[in-house]
Amino acid sequence: MLNDHAKLVKFFSQCDEVVGRKRLQKMIYILKKAGFPFEERYQFHFYGPYSEELTLRVEELCNLGFLQETWEKKSNYSQYRYALTEGGEEFLEHYPNMTFPRMTGLIEGMNGKSSRFLELVSTMMYFDDLTREEVEEKVQAVKSKQNYTEEELQEAWSFIDRMLQQ
Amino acid sequence: MAYKDEKLHEEKVFKDPVHRYVHVRDRVIWDLVGTPEFQRLRRVRQLGTSYLTFHGAEHSRFNHSLGVYEIVRRIIENFENRPYWNHEERLLCLTAALLHDLGHGPFSHSFEKVFKLDHEDYTRAIILGDTKVNAILRKVEESFPQKVADVINKTYENKLVVSLISSQIDADRMDYLQRDAYFTGVSYGHFDMERILRVMRPMEDQVVVKESGMHAVEDYIMSRYQMYWQVYFHPVTRSAEVILTKILHRAKELYENDYTFFLEPYHFTSFFKGEADLEAYLKLDEAVTLYYFQIWREEEDPILSDLCDRFVNRHLFKYVEFNPNLHMSEWMELHQLFQKAGIDPEYYLVVDSSSDLPYDFYRPGEDGERLPIHLLQPNNELKELSRKSEIVEAISGKKRTDHKLYFPKDLIEGLSNRSKTKKRIMEILYG
Repeated sequence: MLNDHAKLVKFFSQCDEVVGRKRLQKMIYILKKAGFPFEERYQFHFYGPYSEELTLRVEELCNLGFLQETWEKKSNYSQYRYALTEGGEEFLEHYPNMTFPRMTGLIEGMNGKSSRFLELVSTMMYFDDLTREEVEEKVQAVKSKQNYTEEELQEAWSFIDRMLQQ
Repeated sequence: MAYKDEKLHEEKVFKDPVHRYVHVRDRVIWDLVGTPEFQRLRRVRQLGTSYLTFHGAEHSRFNHSLGVYEIVRRIIENFENRPYWNHEERLLCLTAALLHDLGHGPFSHSFEKVFKLDHEDYTRAIILGDTKVNAILRKVEESFPQKVADVINKTYENKLVVSLISSQIDADRMDYLQRDAYFTGVSYGHFDMERILRVMRPMEDQVVVKESGMHAVEDYIMSRYQMYWQVYFHPVTRSAEVILTKILHRAKELYENDYTFFLEPYHFTSFFKGEADLEAYLKLDEAVTLYYFQIWREEEDPILSDLCDRFVNRHLFKYVEFNPNLHMSEWMELHQLFQKAGIDPEYYLVVDSSSDLPYDFYRPGEDGERLPIHLLQPNNELKELSRKSEIVEAISGKKRTDHKLYFPKDLIEGLSNRSKTKKRIMEILYG
């Protein structure tokens, strides 16, 4: 019961905090592509892969008191922060066999990266049925406003290779 | 004349209860409607198991697909000769609108969950594979099938085209809200679509709405909110969905354990094995699925036959509100009590959450999360809807989640009155 919720709570238990919904969306997508069994379905949206199921499930976890959501207004934008609560930790105690040993390292790898970069990585991973050249062409077409540079694309490829090898 | 420009000698119309008429003039659209892949949508209900709650909800994905096509046709009529609109994209938009749901299978939500499939993959496979639909699209242009698939997959470069079919205020939602309201018979779901279509404007990468149309959009958002709670999230529909999911799980489990069915479940075997190809997928519709459910009522396996009987005869599970934060230990006790009573909790004790549903509310969200609805101000600036509308702002902040516990009350009541197990189960469920 609520296994899919528990997997997300497990993810949050391995992060101190997740800052930004966009960042959260891309992190779960990248982990899913790296083989973690998240069941939330993604579709391609304006800002890359996005899961409405994930949005709703996170909202459920907040309403249940397992996650703390904080909204903050910055000068020209707003963002949400998410952190696990004591209730969330207690909930996780009901799932002692749920372990994702590789996940911590991957989360650390993503923590040092910007949301813009995670958007690029997740978009490239979305087109994983294409060749590298085709992926780059597609990314530049669907993300023309982002003006990703050649260096960013190369960095993203290295990042993806590392993620998939771990 | 090129096939893509070919017009029918006379305009064809489909009588439609929601839009009055669906108008077809393009040869390509007419030919696509006639393909077996599109005709198959007549045998897939738009609202899945909702017909067990709202007896009128028998409308199909065929009706809805024509409706989405018609709305896009009307939007484009209004867009012609406006800035940002490229007339060359017209046929692509109409085709993608018509075919956007082509890959939906029988009771697709539960079906996809159990067999780990995605109807969007099948939509793409039908458009790009060896099908009648593909043959027609290739007659337009060799690259046309790929373009249509990209629009439906939302990866087409021109995001304005994508947003007509998939955005927070798109033709898909505008059709299904009105159509579902009409066929379920509820009084929600109605809004002034004509007004919205008149105030929609093409912009770079998106469709926006003139500020003067804000109240019509508020009505649309309110309809979405009400339809969610009154129709899509109806607890009885969810009960039927729970049973349907369990039937598919049980049949799959039996197959994997070499159970001998009275009738070989020929249409399901490739799904049980996880190797369903497009041919197998297209053969399975709701008529075929319900045929098997009838047959499985006679099966020796008591769980499969009981679940099928419940679904076919609408003998559904009852439910109580469930808060996983407060009732987790009770749920674990219930699990054990059900086992003790000989009622398999894997099939007869189910928690269903709002996130299990494929519907959503409007939420403005965070910058860069998801593209919201934008109002076009008189000074040509764009403002997110909830920043201008107090009604939308109020709805956006509401709690929109819940969890329910489903169980067969009749089986529990059938236990001996002297049974302590029965007494304790009833205590937990009903206090």
